[in-house]
Amino acid sequence: MGIIEKSRIKSPWVVHFDCGGCNACDIEILACLTPVYDVERFGIINVGNPKHADVLVVSGAVNNRNKRVLKNIYDQIPHPKAVVAVGACAATGGIFSDCYNVLKGVEHVIPVDVYVPGCSPKPEAIIDGIVKALEKMDERQKEKKQKSVRSREND
Amino acid sequence: MLSALLTIIVTIIVVPAIGGLLVGADRIITARMQGRIGPPLIQPFYDLFKLLGKENIVVNRVQMFYVLSNLALMITSVVLFVLKQDLLMIIFIMAFGSMALILGGLSVQSPYSRIGSHRELLQMMAYEPILVFMVVGIYLRTKSFNVQSVLNLKEPLLGYMPLIFIAILLILTIKLRKSPFDFSTSHHGHQELVKGLLTEYAGPQLALIELAHWYELVLVLGFIVLFWATNIYIGIAIALGSMILEIIIDNITARMTWKWMIGVVWTIGIGLCLINIAFLYK
Repeated sequence: MGIIEKSRIKSPWVVHFDCGGCNACDIEILACLTPVYDVERFGIINVGNPKHADVLVVSGAVNNRNKRVLKNIYDQIPHPKAVVAVGACAATGGIFSDCYNVLKGVEHVIPVDVYVPGCSPKPEAIIDGIVKALEKMDERQKEKKQKSVRSREND
Repeated sequence: MLSALLTIIVTIIVVPAIGGLLVGADRIITARMQGRIGPPLIQPFYDLFKLLGKENIVVNRVQMFYVLSNLALMITSVVLFVLKQDLLMIIFIMAFGSMALILGGLSVQSPYSRIGSHRELLQMMAYEPILVFMVVGIYLRTKSFNVQSVLNLKEPLLGYMPLIFIAILLILTIKLRKSPFDFSTSHHGHQELVKGLLTEYAGPQLALIELAHWYELVLVLGFIVLFWATNIYIGIAIALGSMILEIIIDNITARMTWKWMIGVVWTIGIGLCLINIAFLYK
């Protein structure tokens, strides 16, 4: 493993977007930063700027009103990036899934790597989800590399 | 000639390593003060290499030029310092480096970046006079602007310039972007104006800015070492002590406004410098 691949796993910067939920998931996400869980041990930093982020953590039920904002934030994150959907609302729309304005899950707007189920999920589960997302991101980068090598060989 | 070339190469490689380790230690000490465990010591290097490996999103054509000139000027000023050259020159090249970053921040449309750049300008207005006063003090003591003349002194400068030393500690807080003066941009996980000056820099650009900041950090601590240059180990101990003092101040103070900063630095800081220079002036 090269030094950049290793660093990617060691330093995931997280940007957090709430699509409009009850804030319970947001409180659990922010609880990860407190001395009890201290995600900075793993190099995870909560940044406010999508341009500096690696992982997008989405919570809440995405709806027709804010899907444009969510897409915009996703597009601003430089590659390689990963998306973690936290909570039942982000996964399926949750308790709001029958509402006329609610899209049934974040996956209808942006590609999701990891779903963290629960209403609301424990901070341990959220940290686990981010770690899993990093593994997937790494795999995807490797596949991309192999593909480009293969296409070069074909040329 | 060859030894000077060797010194330059060693400086360019060793200085960011020291700077990165200092930043890593800073993050661990800060975490311990907040009752957390904190990241590993080499976390800043992980961050740097990760950012270098990311996609380079460029907002406009000139941005990368400003980032590279910031890095190049910072490296130049550190190299001049290690080669024991003119202190005035070093300070002005450092100011040019910071200026490049500000121009890059102003070259984009983002209001966060623009407000951050304006605040960084105000910070420069606050700390540049103190740095120049330090050089004036050194000149009055040694009759020379060269770093070499400070090293030739028989007695440490601190005994003659204690008040200027306090003023330098004040501006060290600004230079290290620590609370209460972290309003142009912030470090660690803090957010101010999203990320202020650095909002529109992403990926490799942010990595190069971070690298330049490590050079700057070592240079500013080098200025502090000058205050006890007769025994370099005591000087380094004083520099590390002031770094720890800055970390403590960072953790016990809240962020203030730029008006407060200008008020404090221009009255207390410049006041201390003027009193000190009046005593040095014979």
